[in-house]
Amino acid sequence: MQLTVWTYEGPPHVGAMRVATGMEGLHYVIHAPQGDTYADLLFTMIERRDKRPPVTYTTFKGRDLGQDTAELFMDAAREACDRFKPQAMLVSSSCTAELIQDDPGGLAKGLGLPVPAIPLELSSYQRKENWGASEAFYQIVRGLAGPRAPAPGTERPSRPEGQRPRCNILGPTALGFRHRDDVQEITRLLNSLGIDVHVTAPMGATPMDITRLGEADFNVVLYPEIAATAAKWLERMFRQPFTKVVPIGVGATREFIAEVAALAGVDPEPALRDGDSRLPWYSRSVDSNYLTGKRVFIFGDATHAVAAARIATEEFGFTVVGLGTYSREFAREVREAARQYDIEPLITDDYLEVEAQVAELHPELVLGTQMERHIAKRLGVGCAVISAPVHVQDFPARYAPQMGFGGANVLFDTWVHPLMMGLEEHLLGMFREDFEFHAEAGPSHLGASAPAETRAVEPTLSAAPAAETTPETTPEATPDDGEPVWSPEAEKELRKIPFFVRGKARRNTERFAKERGISRIEIDTLYDAKAHFGR
Amino acid sequence: MNGEKLMDIPVIRERGQNSMFCGLTGIIWLHRKIQDAFFLIVGSRTCAHLMQSAAGVMIFAEPRFGTAIIEERDLAGLADANEELDRVVARLLERRPDIRMLFLVGSCPSEVIKLDLEKAATRLSQQHMPQVRVLSYSGSGLETSFTQGEDTCLAALVPELPSTPADSPPDLLVVGTLADVVEDQFMRIFKDMGINRVQFLPARNSREMPAVGSGTRYILAQPFLAETARCLEQRGATRIPAPFPLGEEGTTRWLKAVADSFGVDGDLFHKVTAPGIERARRGMARMREQLEGKRLFMFPDSQLEIPLARFLHREAGMELLEIGTPHLHRRHMAEELELLPEGITLSEGQHLDRQLERCRAAQPDVAVCGLGLANPLEAEGITTKWSIELVFTPIQGYDQAADLAELFARPLLRKAKLRV
Repeated sequence: MQLTVWTYEGPPHVGAMRVATGMEGLHYVIHAPQGDTYADLLFTMIERRDKRPPVTYTTFKGRDLGQDTAELFMDAAREACDRFKPQAMLVSSSCTAELIQDDPGGLAKGLGLPVPAIPLELSSYQRKENWGASEAFYQIVRGLAGPRAPAPGTERPSRPEGQRPRCNILGPTALGFRHRDDVQEITRLLNSLGIDVHVTAPMGATPMDITRLGEADFNVVLYPEIAATAAKWLERMFRQPFTKVVPIGVGATREFIAEVAALAGVDPEPALRDGDSRLPWYSRSVDSNYLTGKRVFIFGDATHAVAAARIATEEFGFTVVGLGTYSREFAREVREAARQYDIEPLITDDYLEVEAQVAELHPELVLGTQMERHIAKRLGVGCAVISAPVHVQDFPARYAPQMGFGGANVLFDTWVHPLMMGLEEHLLGMFREDFEFHAEAGPSHLGASAPAETRAVEPTLSAAPAAETTPETTPEATPDDGEPVWSPEAEKELRKIPFFVRGKARRNTERFAKERGISRIEIDTLYDAKAHFGR
Repeated sequence: MNGEKLMDIPVIRERGQNSMFCGLTGIIWLHRKIQDAFFLIVGSRTCAHLMQSAAGVMIFAEPRFGTAIIEERDLAGLADANEELDRVVARLLERRPDIRMLFLVGSCPSEVIKLDLEKAATRLSQQHMPQVRVLSYSGSGLETSFTQGEDTCLAALVPELPSTPADSPPDLLVVGTLADVVEDQFMRIFKDMGINRVQFLPARNSREMPAVGSGTRYILAQPFLAETARCLEQRGATRIPAPFPLGEEGTTRWLKAVADSFGVDGDLFHKVTAPGIERARRGMARMREQLEGKRLFMFPDSQLEIPLARFLHREAGMELLEIGTPHLHRRHMAEELELLPEGITLSEGQHLDRQLERCRAAQPDVAVCGLGLANPLEAEGITTKWSIELVFTPIQGYDQAADLAELFARPLLRKAKLRV
C-alpha cells in the first residue's frame, strides 16, 4: 500500500478515456461501480468539453455482486451500441471490476455486436494514466489497422509519382497539455514543407481513419508517452518510420524539420525560414541579459521536462539545478538528460519529495505541473506550467502551443513573465531597504503575488523534510542543538540579500560557521562565507 | 406516515447508469468539519483521483485525508494487506501528531477483496489509544452514493458517543453537518427559545462529540441520514419529525418542531423567529421576481432534491417538472412530501440516458445536475445549476434562504445578460 495525498496521474482507465474522448465515432464501455463516473467531469469541467465523454459505465452496486454483474455489463454494452451507433467499441474493467473478473472482452465478443469491440487489460493496481492512454491507443491501432497490414517481409511500395508526401500525427488526446494548439502548429509546419497530414490520431480520428493509418509514408510522434508503442508497432507492421525529435523549443523544432524533411524527401528550407520565430532574437536582446544563469527547477512528464531542460539551457541561458519526472516509464530518458546537466534526476510520483527538493535547491524559477505551481507559490518562487496534469487554466482561450516556432514564442513569454525584470532586480540590489520598493513586494508587474518570503526561507522549513511542515505541525526551532547563533547585526545584514537567494545564503553561512566551529555568526562571518562559496 | 400522499405522486423507479459520486466525496466537507480527524481511504488510485478531482482543488496545504492505495502485491494475500495498513497508519500518525481521530474509509476495491476495516480499526485503536481513536466506515460506491458517505460516517460515530446519565433532562441533538455559521445561528435561536442543552453531530472536534441517551431528542438537519438515525434510536434517542430547514418555511417548521417538542411557548417562538422570518421574506421577494414560473428539472445527486424542490416551488414560485433523488426515504421525507404540489414527477435511482431524454423533451428553464452533465446540457441550450454547490454552500436557515435561491437565479441572470 502506498500512502497518497495527491497524485500526478489518474488510473489507467482515465488514460483510455482520454484516447476515446479525443476520437470520434468510438464508444467506450467501462465495467465499473457507481462513483467511477466522476471521470466525466475531468473532460466537461477542466477541458470545458461541450459533450459527454463517449463512455458508458455499468455502475454496479453491492447488491449486484451477489447476482450477475456479467449480465449487467452485456446489457450496458448492447444498449450503448444501439444508442450511440459507434464504428467501434472499447471495453474494459475499472479497478474494482478487475477484482470481480467478469472479462468484458470475452463478454463483448460473445454479444456478436455489429462493430468491432476492442478489449483492454489495464492492470489498475500496477499501472497509471499515461500507460493506460498508450495501451488503449496501441490496442485501437492494432485492432483496427492490423487487418490491413501487408504480409510480413513485404517491402513498402514507393510513393506514386506526383503524390505529395503524407504523414500521420500521433499522440494528441483529450485533456492533453496544449495538444489542441500543438496539432495546429505542427500541421501548419508540415504543410509549409509540402507534406500532407493524412490522419491525426487519437484526437479527431474515427475508427475508420485508424484503419487507414498504414497509407501514410511516415508517422510524426508528438507525445511519446501516448504514441510511442503504437508507432513502433506501425513501423514493424507497415514499415512506416516515425520521428524521434519532439519539436518543443527552437533547436528541437529545427531538428524536427530536418528529420521530417529527410523522411519525406523534401527541402527543409521553407520551414526553417520562419519569420515569426522571435525567441532567438528576444533571447539575444540585451534586456535578456539578466536571465543568464537563473537557477531553474524542472519537473513534469518526461517529454516536456527533458525539452524544458534543453530550452532553459540553450535558449534562455538558465542553469538547470533540478530535473525530474513522475513518469517512471520514461525515467531512462530523464536520467540521460540529467547527466548532461550534471545533476541527480528526481524520479517520483510523490509531490512531497518534489516539494522537499524545491525547498532544498532554492531555484529562482520552477517549470512544472500545476502541483509545482502550488509548491512554488508556497515557497515564494516564480513558476510557469509546462506539463500535464492539467488544470482549467491549461486550456487558454488564446492560441498557445508549446511546439514549433510559435510554441517557442509562447514559452519565451510564459517563462519570463514570473521573473523579476532586469533593471528592477538591480535596483532592489542597490536599495535594499526602500520602504515600498523592496524584495518582498514581488515583481512590479505581478500585482497580487507578493512572495511568501518568510515561509520560503525559514530554516526549519528548508532543513526539515517538507512532509512535516504542515501548517499545524511546523516544529519550533530549537536554539541550542549545536547550531551557530546569528547575531542581530548579521541577521539584519542577511535581510539585505535578495529574498530568492537569502535562504541559500543563510544555509551556506551556517554550514561555513559550523565547519569552522564558529558559534556566533557576525557580519564578517556572513561575508567570509560569501567569499568562500562564491565562484 | 402519509401513504395517501405518496400514492398520488408518480415515482419513476429506474436502474441503469447513474452519474452520482460515491460516498467517499463526503470526506471533502467532513474533514473540514471535524478538525482533528483524518480520513484514510483504503482504496485504489481511482479513489485518490476522484478525491482530488471532485474537491476541485490542488492540495497545497496537506489536507486531512489521503488514500492508502492498494497495489498488486497487496492483492496477493490479505494478511499482508493488514500489515501494510498498520504500517501506513503508523507512518501517517507519526507524521500528523495533531490527529486525534482516524477514520479508515472502505472503498469498492477494499470491499470486494473483503478487507475487514472494522477489525482493522479495533486493532489499530488498541495500538494508538488514548492518543488516537480509530473508526471505520464505508464510502464505497457499492454501498453509498455521495451524501450517504456522511451517513455511514456518522453512523460509525454513534456507538462511540458517550452516554447521558439516565436521569438527565431532555437535550436536543442536531444531526448532520452544517456550516459553522449556520450552526451558530441556530444555536442563538435555540438559546433565545430557552433551549440550552443543544449539541451538534458531528461536533467540530473529536473530543467534543455529543453525549446521547434516552433523554436525547434528535432532529435531522440533513435529509440523507437514514442509518445514523437508526443508530441513534438504538441508543434510545427519539426523532423530532420535521421538514428540513431550507427556506423560510422549512426553517420555521423545523424550529417549530423543536419548540413544540421542548414545550416552548407560542408567543416566545413567534418573538424569537419573527426577525429571521422577516429578513428571509425580504430577501426572497427579490429572488421570487427572477424565479417565479421558471421550470425546474433535477437530476438525482444529494438527496437534498425534495426539500429543495419544495422550497423553490413554495417560496420562489418555480414550476417543478421531474425531481430526481438517489433514494427516497419515505419516513424522513414524509413532512416534505406533504408540501409538494400536485402534478410533480419524482424519480428514484437513475438511468442516465433515459433521464437525459426526458430532460431534453421537457426543456426546463433550469436543470440541476452534476458537473459531468452541466456543460453538455448548456451546450444544448439548457441552463444548469451544478448540484455540488448546494452541498458546499451554507444554505440552511433564515439568513441563507435568499442565498440559496440566488444559486438558482444566477445562471438564469447570466443567460439573460450574455450577448455573445
